[in-house]
Amino acid sequence: MSTSTTAPTAATPAVPPAPKRDWIPVLLMPALALLGLPFIADVPVWLTLTLAGLAMGMIIFIIASGLTLVFGLMDVLNFGHGVFIALGAFVATTVFALLGGWVKSPDALTQLAAVFAAMLAAMLLAGAIGLVFERLLVRPVYGLHLKQILITMGGMIIGEELIKVFWGAQQVPLEPPMILRGSLSIGDAGVETYRIFATVIGLLVFASLVWVLSRTKIGLLIRAGVENGEMVESLGYRIRRLFVAVFVAGSALAGLGGVLWGLYQQNVIPQIGSQVNILIFIVIIIGGLGSISGALIGALLVGLLANYAGFLAPKAALFSNIALMVIILVWRPGGLYPVAKR
Amino acid sequence: MAGVHTHIGAYHILHGVDLVVPKGQVTLLLGRNGAGKTTTLRTLMGLWAASQGSIRWNGQDITATDTASRARLGVGYVPESMAVFADLTVAENLLLAAHKASRMEDVDAQRLQWIKQLFPAVETFWHYPAGKLSGGQKQMVAVARAVIEPRELLVIDEPSKGLAPAIVANLLEALKEVKRQGTTILLVEQNLAFARRLGDQVAVMEDGRIVHAASQADFIADQAAQQRYLGLSL
Repeated sequence: MSTSTTAPTAATPAVPPAPKRDWIPVLLMPALALLGLPFIADVPVWLTLTLAGLAMGMIIFIIASGLTLVFGLMDVLNFGHGVFIALGAFVATTVFALLGGWVKSPDALTQLAAVFAAMLAAMLLAGAIGLVFERLLVRPVYGLHLKQILITMGGMIIGEELIKVFWGAQQVPLEPPMILRGSLSIGDAGVETYRIFATVIGLLVFASLVWVLSRTKIGLLIRAGVENGEMVESLGYRIRRLFVAVFVAGSALAGLGGVLWGLYQQNVIPQIGSQVNILIFIVIIIGGLGSISGALIGALLVGLLANYAGFLAPKAALFSNIALMVIILVWRPGGLYPVAKR
Repeated sequence: MAGVHTHIGAYHILHGVDLVVPKGQVTLLLGRNGAGKTTTLRTLMGLWAASQGSIRWNGQDITATDTASRARLGVGYVPESMAVFADLTVAENLLLAAHKASRMEDVDAQRLQWIKQLFPAVETFWHYPAGKLSGGQKQMVAVARAVIEPRELLVIDEPSKGLAPAIVANLLEALKEVKRQGTTILLVEQNLAFARRLGDQVAVMEDGRIVHAASQADFIADQAAQQRYLGLSL
């Protein structure tokens, strides 16, 4: 068929003003940081808490990014996401045990190689288990929210029990290698080296996700699928396959987050994932279900507030994040960056 | 479609639809609200499963084929809601439908030029999020997306609904051009003045069945059939 024939043309419509990017949610982070300053009233302490909060937020973002896409793409509430965090953390303990020589090596690069090996192994295993989890537990309950909650929570309990079978019920130490211990001084504030490392990894994950989502066809399909999966099917793409791929990638990212979270805590228990599950759900709800940028901002806000509240009023730490979620939902019921839905 | 029944939950919507869409022609699917027109299109696309009967495409049984595979056979679909991806730019909406392209540069330049000529809104709002466009502009993007690659069949559900007359006129010319290029069209439309300027064949639905099928010329000549099935004269 030729398309060279001259097509009839209609009057060119007037160009509207360029759409503006919504920067208000981005400004919430510096606003929250500045709000914390007079309460903490000590600049070095405030700076330390702020940098610690951002590092914690980055780790939470890594864990939450996969979950927000899973929910956005297929409307699946996966309350079992925490098991992949625990799995990643325990895999790291095993890799560190196997590569003990690398971890204790005087060479900084060899120490980092051990950390990257642990992250890679955690991602591979969490991704593989994620594939099985999706096939056995999630697939039978598509579209059934109550059953999704029950079955994925059940899956997490089973996963935690299996972790106890393989690694035992006791707390297992997971200390970062020497290169990631200690701290850097910024003025009178001290910033732990490990937190800088976690922040860099978080930024790399964010940049990679943004690149994939905005610059590749598969990313385009994921964004379109989050909006309207049925229409993506009508364009000739199998949304279920896309979902499985995203679920596996999300599980792998949770595994990566588990390694970072375990190293952050410096010890690992089978419940390490379920303990942060609530925080992760707060983050993805704040951000807008299905939004990666929203998840990042939500995670950083939660990280900052958790650190400030932990310093100022430790008993209010968890409540503070729930309060933050309530305030944001009252202001923007769909979250900071609500994803358009069919 | 032969003897197609569709159930949605407990509801029995289609009661044995028999519909033939001749190649290269525009078939109008007419009928009152609730007659089952949209359900017929969705069943044809595989978005709702046929509980009975068969759907054939160029002689091949596709009743059990999934939606994505049907689309890949060369079927473009524009639902009533337009369903443009609001957070994606117009360019990204089009790129999604171009199966062979992973970047816009991979899309057939001649075809793209043809699309832009046919639907000026596409070029004007190329980098705009589709959700920011007006209803008429979204409809243009939805139809352009459906024909970004040559399709054998274009299935389109009430494209003129709620649009300004100038936009409807533009859409009409665009669809005529798509037809001239050899694409078969199955069109559900309530705007009969619009539909009759495109149609070759007419099928009328009532209560989930095709109750009348004829060439458009015969249907227009048959005042009694128009009154009986549509309650008006074309």
